[in-house]
Amino acid sequence: MSDVKFSKEHEWIILEGDVATIGITKHATEMLGDIVFAELPEKGSNVEKDGTAGVVESTKAASDVYTPVSGEVLDTNQAIVDDPSKINEDPEGSAWFFKLKMKDISELDSLMNKDEYDKFAKENAS
Amino acid sequence: MEIKKTSLNKLHQKHGAKFVEFAGYEMPIQYSKGIVEEHKFTRSNAGIFDVSHMGQLFIYGDEELTKDLEKIFPLDLKNLKLNSSKYSFLMNDDAGIYDDLIITRIDKGYLIILNAACKDNDFKILSNLLKDRYEMNLNEKKSLIAIQGPKSADILESILIGVNKLSFMNGNWFKYKNQKVYVTRSGYTGEDGFEVSILNDFAEEFTKNLTDNGAELIGLGARDTLRLEAGLCLYGHELGEDKTPIEANLKWAISKQRIANGGFIGSDKIMKQINEGTNQIRVGVKPEGRLIAREKTKIFNEAELVIGEITSGTFGPSVSGPVAMGYIEKKYSKKDTKIFLEVRGKKYPASICGLPFYKKSYVKGATK
Repeated sequence: MSDVKFSKEHEWIILEGDVATIGITKHATEMLGDIVFAELPEKGSNVEKDGTAGVVESTKAASDVYTPVSGEVLDTNQAIVDDPSKINEDPEGSAWFFKLKMKDISELDSLMNKDEYDKFAKENAS
Repeated sequence: MEIKKTSLNKLHQKHGAKFVEFAGYEMPIQYSKGIVEEHKFTRSNAGIFDVSHMGQLFIYGDEELTKDLEKIFPLDLKNLKLNSSKYSFLMNDDAGIYDDLIITRIDKGYLIILNAACKDNDFKILSNLLKDRYEMNLNEKKSLIAIQGPKSADILESILIGVNKLSFMNGNWFKYKNQKVYVTRSGYTGEDGFEVSILNDFAEEFTKNLTDNGAELIGLGARDTLRLEAGLCLYGHELGEDKTPIEANLKWAISKQRIANGGFIGSDKIMKQINEGTNQIRVGVKPEGRLIAREKTKIFNEAELVIGEITSGTFGPSVSGPVAMGYIEKKYSKKDTKIFLEVRGKKYPASICGLPFYKKSYVKGATK
């Protein structure tokens, strides 16, 4: 298993073999507030790096979820669709969003490691 | 323009507020617990809302003032008892709504509570209409603090003895330390509650007194989800200059006697709409599943024609599902009518529903 990587759009990604699991960061959930709606990409669909791959909504507003890498959607986490509050409870664990079969592993290279992301998030905190 | 702060700003900070700019004021959108918890706390306990950004307009005058105000507001003010409050509107000649407000008869005049974003314009309009014949004061020296929820009466009673005896939409003066504060039993959350008008210098200490007794500060975010569940209109969303009280389904707020005789600004249009009906009307909208339909979401019929638009929509924490309000062509306004909402390019099923989404628990007994 690789280390967790992070995107500027506040997604985290972890790779096992060529399967990436993607979710949104704790920092993102803190900015969003209580999440009350989640929409995920369709299983079997293909998503492109930096393209939209879902939506989360708080009581206040809707935000797109982006995918930090390209690939085919293998699985989605129905549990967070049924109970979106799980995203606030465990965003970087059980509340993952979707799993992708990655097309190009080198897409991970442009992403941030934990220290880089923490610094980025701190500088961009609203 | 420099952003204004209320007297409770420091206290909000201490309670972990996230601030937003609202109508020129720095206001707490939420505190550390978040909107859903704050909402639920208000419904089960007692929430404190800093609504000091709202206008507190005092107008003083005699019988002539009452007559002049009746030319403006669709209310039977002659028969409004001392310390009784009414919900009403400031309208243009076409019955378009400049603002919605609460007017209370006080000793030697009236107190009108105005929306923050509208208050300066309201003041200009009213000064003009009343031709500066009366003493008018948009009071900036007083804060307005609401306490809402089933435990609000007990908590406030422990600080202001006697408030528990107030009936809904009634007010009175109460003693706080050596001060007199004006309290009305009212609010905008669908819960029993009070609004306390108190000098700025005492506002923070008074609020700390409330929190010491178990109430908690609640932000504008939860205020919005609470009022939406209660089916209450928000100016700039459900209400505006392009909407009339009849279209907004607020005919109940217009005094019957005034409907019969007219003579207030916008009365011709109001009477015409009552007699002939309106093209559109405000309704409650219940999306299926968990879909949230926000302001400006288009409403379609089964033939895929646009028949209306959402004006507010969110997730209702107490009803555990999405809630929305909007305007729709009259013929589709019947309860349970199937409609479709276009969200992110796709159409989703929803239905027209009755309001409120959440049943009110106001204390009854107010005089009509």
